[in-house]
Amino acid sequence: MSTILILGAASDMAMAIANKYAAEGHAIQLAARNAQRLKALQSDIAIRHNVTCTAHEFDALNFTAHQAFFDQLPVKPDITICVFGYLGENETARANWAESEKIIHTNYTGAVSILNVVSNYYAAQKKGVIAGISSVAGERGRQSNYIYGSAKAGFTAYLSGLRNRMFHEGIHVVSVQPGFVYTAMTANLTLPPLLTAMPEQVANTVYKAVAKKKNVVYVKWFWRWIMLIIKSIPEFMFKKLKM
Amino acid sequence: MKKSIANWGNYPVMESDEQQFSFDDQLVQLVKKTTHFIPRGNGRCYGDASLAPQTISTLKYDKILSFDTATGVFECQSGLVLDKILEVIVPKGWFLPVTPGTKFITVGGAVGSDVHGKNHHVDGSFSNHIVDMDVILSSGEVVTCSPTEHVDLFEATCGGMGLTGMISRVKFRLKKIETSYIKQKQIKADNLEHIIQLFEEYQHYTYSVAWIDCLKKGKGFGRSILILGEHATVNDLNEKQRKDPLQLPKKKQITFPFNLPSWVLNAFTVKAFNFLYYGKNFKKEINNVVGYEPFYYPLDAILHWNRGYGKPGFVQYQFVIPMHAKQGLIEILKRISDKGLGSFLAVLKVFGKQESLISFPEEGYTLALDIPVRKGLFEILDELDQIVLKYGGRLYMSKDARMKPEVLEAGYPRLDEFKAIVKKYNPDGKFRSVQSDRLLLTPGIATTGSRVQVTGAKEQVNA
Repeated sequence: MSTILILGAASDMAMAIANKYAAEGHAIQLAARNAQRLKALQSDIAIRHNVTCTAHEFDALNFTAHQAFFDQLPVKPDITICVFGYLGENETARANWAESEKIIHTNYTGAVSILNVVSNYYAAQKKGVIAGISSVAGERGRQSNYIYGSAKAGFTAYLSGLRNRMFHEGIHVVSVQPGFVYTAMTANLTLPPLLTAMPEQVANTVYKAVAKKKNVVYVKWFWRWIMLIIKSIPEFMFKKLKM
Repeated sequence: MKKSIANWGNYPVMESDEQQFSFDDQLVQLVKKTTHFIPRGNGRCYGDASLAPQTISTLKYDKILSFDTATGVFECQSGLVLDKILEVIVPKGWFLPVTPGTKFITVGGAVGSDVHGKNHHVDGSFSNHIVDMDVILSSGEVVTCSPTEHVDLFEATCGGMGLTGMISRVKFRLKKIETSYIKQKQIKADNLEHIIQLFEEYQHYTYSVAWIDCLKKGKGFGRSILILGEHATVNDLNEKQRKDPLQLPKKKQITFPFNLPSWVLNAFTVKAFNFLYYGKNFKKEINNVVGYEPFYYPLDAILHWNRGYGKPGFVQYQFVIPMHAKQGLIEILKRISDKGLGSFLAVLKVFGKQESLISFPEEGYTLALDIPVRKGLFEILDELDQIVLKYGGRLYMSKDARMKPEVLEAGYPRLDEFKAIVKKYNPDGKFRSVQSDRLLLTPGIATTGSRVQVTGAKEQVNA
């Protein structure tokens, strides 16, 4: 039995991941900004799966508190999964710095800040696994969501560099590129059913990827090929597209 | 999000703006800001009770809050589906105190409809087992109610079809079990007299229900199969079952893939089905030990079985008439048989005593049958309503899609009291459904006449 820390635990994707690990008998640490919201999630996981589940207040944007947050965890997690993210509104963010900042800090800066803390601990222990949920939106900037996309691009690059560094410490890092997922974050979008995954599918992918020490995983296999095509379109053509 | 919704009978169908939430604070905000809506669970009532132009779905509000495995007290959010509860409680030696014939309903729905099961004559309806619950009023205020606290709100919420407010949390008592199996007895009854006599003879059984052939005329009028059950003890199990007496059933489900053309169901095919169903029990009496799923939830094994009634959908007609009005049962069954209304799933059961404000069960015989929607059906049902009323009976709102407000009023003697409580807690009619408008239960609209019209319903009938 391992202990799994879920950062950004109140989202649909995070809950699916927490349930997957709990169903396999692991202890769960839920971390999110709104501790009040975590109460029901905590009792639910503990009772449903007969495992230890604890709740911890964690704000991705409160960078200076991240070291203290990790130090105060009563049990240090064997696996840390960074799930939090913020889609935001690209159009609003273009004109509104506060929105842009929130997108960048949630998806990139906050993730770097907490994973620095976690990875330093794991490096010292020579033990641990980190998984980060990034996005296919980070693979090429598009006009419809380039602020979110660029923050996720930063996070993807961070995870890749971290994997490179931590390999030499015996620590594994997984990057997960979910593509479209039916969650509260995307509830107002019309998504193509064939390309869209359920949160439980993401959870299974994460679980398997961690167990099998995969490096970069896509939830639905064809996303890898879709992104390959999108990335291979020459820039002089790409800039003319509306996507 | 705008979507097309219907309940289990697939009649009526309507467009609804459905909102979802996961957390307490979101729920309170939604209740405050939505002008009028009806809370909606898994849509397993049959008619229009959980339909409205605006709905708030509880399906993502489904967390277990506490479970005392020593005392069997269970507490959860209202969107939790019974199926998920069973997965948790059965391995710990507990069972639902009351369960309807499907495990795909939410706890909020179980309270709002005050559901009953095969054990009604022994254990009453779902509300009998509630310790306390939270209801969110139109102001966003969260009120805890129970049989001793805010009693009026409690009574009007049990069976109140979501009209008092939004049920958010329910704490209830479970039933202790030794095994997950049921000791089942099936007895064939030759006719109506016989089945009534058998119900009396076997009333000490915890679970009892009868399948009845509504189309058989003459000597075999009302022939039935009585199905009885008790929770099995370890001693009742065979060696293999004893290895894990509280084992959960394996998931094996098939899905009804498409809507069957509506002509498939007719008096002839139903007669043929009834002949085979009655005939499959060769022996007069069968005794065996079965898992809880085939006993309580035989139809849950076929997902979307409601598609068997075709696109126009069906209504389930369920009434109860008092014990002494046996004659009424005969008269209604005769009428059903004459009109060829018989369905695959006609179910007869005896209710025990129950005193409640607005819940459906009262001591007597209850009959439920599924009837495909077709032209002229509602006129026939209106006639049946009159017979039910003549014998002092009433209809079940959770199954209803078409009764007239006068029929409800005549069947529920405490309806005015119920309406007054609804008005007290839901003064502006924020919580309202197509059904509550139709039955004139929504406060403030009976006089203004601003009833919601269901689009598409008419075309459905004529389809």
